[in-house]
Amino acid sequence: MSAVTNAHDHQEAHNGHELPYSAQLRNNRMALWLFCFSEIFMFGALLSARFVLWGNARPELSQVVGLITTTVLLLSSFFMNRAESAIAHDDRKTFLSGLLMTAFLGLLFFIGVVVLEWNIFGLKLELFGVEWFGHLKPTDGVLGGVFFAMTGLHAIHVFSGIVLILIVWNNGRRGHFSAEKHWGIEATAIYWHYVDIVWVFFYPALYLIGKVG
Amino acid sequence: MGTLRIIATSGLIRGLIGQAIGAALGFGFVTLIRLGMGLESNPEPGAVFGALTSVIGFLAGAGVLTDWSKWALGKETPLRHGPQPGKPEWARYLHVDYNHKVIGIQYAVTSVLVLLVGGIFAITFRIELSLPGMQFLTYEQYNTLFSGHGIVMIASILLGVGAMVNYLVPLMIGASDMAFPRLNAFSYWVSVPAAVLILTGMAIGGWDTGWVAYPPLSLIAPLGVQLFVLGFFVNGFSSIAGSINLLITVATMRAKGMSLFKMPIFVWAAVAAALIQATATQTVGMALLMVVTQRVIGLNFFDPATGGDPVLYQHLFWFYSHPVVYVFVLPGLGVISELLPVFSRKPLFGYRWIALSSLGIALVGFLVWAHHMFVAGVDNTLRVFFMYATMFVAVPTGVKFFSWVATMWEGKLSFETPMLFVLGAISVFLIGGVTGPILGNIPTDMHLHDSYWVVGHFHATMFGGFVFPFFAALYYWYPKFSGRMYKESLGKLHFWLMTPGFWLMSLGQMQIGLLGMRRRVADYDPSLGYDTTHVVITVAGLIIGWSVLIMAYNLISSARSQPLAGNNPWNSRSPEWQISSPPPEFNYDVPFEVVGEPYDYGLAGSVYIRMDPSSSGE
Ligand SMILES: [Cu+2]
Repeated sequence: MSAVTNAHDHQEAHNGHELPYSAQLRNNRMALWLFCFSEIFMFGALLSARFVLWGNARPELSQVVGLITTTVLLLSSFFMNRAESAIAHDDRKTFLSGLLMTAFLGLLFFIGVVVLEWNIFGLKLELFGVEWFGHLKPTDGVLGGVFFAMTGLHAIHVFSGIVLILIVWNNGRRGHFSAEKHWGIEATAIYWHYVDIVWVFFYPALYLIGKVG
Repeated sequence: MGTLRIIATSGLIRGLIGQAIGAALGFGFVTLIRLGMGLESNPEPGAVFGALTSVIGFLAGAGVLTDWSKWALGKETPLRHGPQPGKPEWARYLHVDYNHKVIGIQYAVTSVLVLLVGGIFAITFRIELSLPGMQFLTYEQYNTLFSGHGIVMIASILLGVGAMVNYLVPLMIGASDMAFPRLNAFSYWVSVPAAVLILTGMAIGGWDTGWVAYPPLSLIAPLGVQLFVLGFFVNGFSSIAGSINLLITVATMRAKGMSLFKMPIFVWAAVAAALIQATATQTVGMALLMVVTQRVIGLNFFDPATGGDPVLYQHLFWFYSHPVVYVFVLPGLGVISELLPVFSRKPLFGYRWIALSSLGIALVGFLVWAHHMFVAGVDNTLRVFFMYATMFVAVPTGVKFFSWVATMWEGKLSFETPMLFVLGAISVFLIGGVTGPILGNIPTDMHLHDSYWVVGHFHATMFGGFVFPFFAALYYWYPKFSGRMYKESLGKLHFWLMTPGFWLMSLGQMQIGLLGMRRRVADYDPSLGYDTTHVVITVAGLIIGWSVLIMAYNLISSARSQPLAGNNPWNSRSPEWQISSPPPEFNYDVPFEVVGEPYDYGLAGSVYIRMDPSSSGE
């Protein structure tokens, strides 16, 4: 069989061995969606833990802070989308500013969770009749445990999303990506929207459902 | 370059050094911060953080992250392939390599090494158990050894599954590699620091929770439990990344004409197992993280005093840990279905049913987890549901047994070592299979729960569903990946020691289980009348252990001394046997086309694949 004896002659022809871009892109997309599907089970595990352990109760949290952080995060998805469609039209300026805006809003959300809700600096401020810094502690029974686990797991995802956005921004700034080839941006955008959507489920579970108890 | 120098500068050694540095930095960082904050001295937070940074240290040191870091900085990197420049061929196996066949062999070698480690643990506490009273182990050492045996063997099995899937699937479907070669390397290499963490946990204090880490025991266990739990957690990255990679590979990279029902049957099994790995692994990861955070930060999930629920852990744990049994078993059963037609020279009976039964087992497997919790205070209606669901698993499993028997029926059987191990697998899996429903039944389970009956049952399912088929696969594909034939006489010796040895061990375990021997205890009352059986079990265990060493010797020594095996010594129709042994770097120099059915052995004029489509007259 020629397939066997000529093994090494064919080696050369294979040196451009990586998959063609279109095939690789299709694989990348499928893999990312599969990863998102996979993570549903992790977020789902935590969400079901909330319903098992809290039932119809929820901790006392500032509704204003929760609403503001949620709005900020949802708004960031809009700018992410703007950035992605801008690079698809080779509009580099809107693309870069959209990314920065997304990262900025993501960072605001992150600070809102860590500094305001978690109150890691132990601050106190009452303004406009709102308590801006939370007083729930990680060790406050299951209310604290589940709250810090859910917000913490989500915050880790937001943080890694911000890092991805900054990586993409830095490369975009230096002229990488084009209207045809911008998988890095597409992936970051999908990931960012995904993390947002997770919060759409976490937010009511933490802030809205059940009675303060 | 000298051999020693090549080893010392290999990715593996650099990774291990990186892991040590990462651990020291992480531990030091947290401990210094705690010192600065004036907190009481407690090594645990530092150990946990150090464990996580140690994994990053390993990956960075080994070079797994190199390409990805360059991508992040905007540099493109070509896919490196072929042997390490200026180094001999074998050096590839100690480095980060992107070829799926190299990675498959890395998986296989690591799997067998880890299997031997877990086996040594088992032999050690088996010798302790051969007599009542404590001989040479303390209670703590005994607990650590049986706990370590459990998780180390699971790690070994996952590596073995990775070995078979990685090496075989791209070859079988006609792909040149997996869809994501770098991710593939990551999947293998991340399991190495995970294993190091587990073994370190045994060395620094050990733990006494078994491999399940149930709270509240895992919340008060010694420090070792943290490293074990984190090692278990980190290994999950390997499962998830590897399974996603496999699913995409099978979805998009099959040869021309290979529709789903024309894939080699092993590929179906690999897909079904990957579906479980890609999803259920996440829930056990979450459960393990909850234990870690409750211990270190004090987040409460499992302490009933402040509203926690230890049974929640069991639900999350078994939601993965029942289906994961099928991650082990499905590829093993796939090997049985793959090999039987070759050694029976007959078509595989009911190809479609076999293929779908793998998916069926995987799906039903998601609905039975609470059968591990019949005595945990679970609601009664729930228990009844899980009892019936559990019984239902027997249906797709029965399909497989039926197909195997029908495939062999009136076949021209030949009994080389791989076939012997396949038959051994069927016999042992049958023992495991018929002893299962008794545990799936609530009333009988309440009697047998946590007894040696359970130990006998699951060792039979693990050996029949994975270990025997894995050994069959090692022997069967040995001529393919090494180019040479193993020594048949030693292979047969291995089989004839291991199989009766296993029957004896397994049946003995079930017998003393019925008589009241509990699992996970270091000592027992001689007046219960099963001290003789304990000796028998220990001797049988030793026989199994020696037989595995014979296999290791056979596989190592045959790679040099044995004659070349040729391309297709088994006269198989599967694509991987139609090319040279070992296969070329990119598998198929000429893509093949599927033109017929995969298992039509003995049917005149039938063809599965055509190697050179240009000659087919388009
Ligand atoms: Cu089970």
